[in-house]
Amino acid sequence: MDLTLYVWRQKGPEQPGRLEQYRAGNISAEMSFLEMLDVVNDDLIRKGVEPIAFDHDCREGICGTCSQVINGVPHGPEERTTVCQLHMRHFRDGDSIYIEPWRARAFPIIKDLIVDRSALDHLIQAGGYVSVHTGGVPDANAILISKPDADMSMDAAECIGCGACVAACPNGSAMLFTAAKVTQLAMLPQGRPEAKKRVCMMTEEMMKEGFGNCSNHYECQAACPKGIKVSFIAKLNREFIKAFDSHGE
Amino acid sequence: MAVTGQVMILFVLIHVLGNSTLFVGGLNAYAEKLRSIPPLVWATRIVMLAMLIVHVYLSIRLTLENNRANPELYAVKKHLKATFASKNMIWTGLVIGAFLVYHLLHFTIHVINPEMSASMNVDALGRPDVSAMVIANFQTFSISLIYIAAMIALLLHLAHGIQSSFQTLGLNNDRMLPLIIKAGSIVAVILFMGYISIPAIIFLELIKG
Repeated sequence: MDLTLYVWRQKGPEQPGRLEQYRAGNISAEMSFLEMLDVVNDDLIRKGVEPIAFDHDCREGICGTCSQVINGVPHGPEERTTVCQLHMRHFRDGDSIYIEPWRARAFPIIKDLIVDRSALDHLIQAGGYVSVHTGGVPDANAILISKPDADMSMDAAECIGCGACVAACPNGSAMLFTAAKVTQLAMLPQGRPEAKKRVCMMTEEMMKEGFGNCSNHYECQAACPKGIKVSFIAKLNREFIKAFDSHGE
Repeated sequence: MAVTGQVMILFVLIHVLGNSTLFVGGLNAYAEKLRSIPPLVWATRIVMLAMLIVHVYLSIRLTLENNRANPELYAVKKHLKATFASKNMIWTGLVIGAFLVYHLLHFTIHVINPEMSASMNVDALGRPDVSAMVIANFQTFSISLIYIAAMIALLLHLAHGIQSSFQTLGLNNDRMLPLIIKAGSIVAVILFMGYISIPAIIFLELIKG
């Protein structure tokens, strides 16, 4: 198939960027979206044009690096699918495709489609962990955890930290990402001792990093390639109220 | 914001119930009863004013912070879930705020159309004639239109605001979320119908003064 691409090109963080038009010819329906971009880049290199810079790593939908907004939707039109797992059969011959980087103040553009997502790492550093004593490995099942709690925690742990929630949010908020981490840890006994501190530290860090506030549009859940649910945000809010109640413990 | 919003939703619910006494000819009696308990009236006014100030302050701060966090630079952006109501909360809120000032000047302080005000006219029992004031005013097309337009803003504001307030307070889970979204919209529509029924019915001359 032949496609017309409109790709965001930007030389560096401070340079102005703009959409450039490219033709993607001889694209097979079996290719992934990133493979299609590889073909386009191959062509650009042959022509002596600087190839399109984009982030990618595992190409199997788990690393969360392939951050692209395709036709106005983070990770493209398929539900629960990352860009690398999006296949060209979901497009039609002759389609025009707009490819843009994540856009949020907390995610400055490094080059073309690559953004700096360190802000998410800073959120994890602020509280997305449990403090444990190293030493002997504890016995399996020494701490009993109910199945529903374990399931909820594991559902939240599905987050791959790609930042699609931030890219989709009209407020540039990282609430879904933060809520997933807060829920994952708060549902387990190992996470409870630091639960109050965690939710306070992580929400405070969100503001510092320049993310917006959640106003419950639910765009994030719709864009999430891992199906992280906004009910985790309600859980974060409950955890926050509990922390508020504890007089700064 | 969620807490102040929910308190104001409670007020809006009680207000529409009070208004509906017009249909059974009890508005003057209801108004008289309210006036006879000044502590209740003043406590409500003070609480509502406090709620309003906090709500407006937080909403302006929220909007400014959110605009800064997302300058909306996408050339193409498709919203999958966000609605017209959820994206325009600040504007529907400002319309409601402006209407609130108009409404208080009109029916409470009687600065607008004072000749028709209840403080100037009394009914057969010597009570301020609130009912006649309402009916006389809503026979004017422009006044009815202002009230109905403001209620459209209220409808949109609550269609998002009710469900959003539950989510913010954490009173939500996977099973409840779709129900709360639906119930919030239904409550917003019921309130809208309740409020516009008065100017609409009066203007259509179904109730005569």
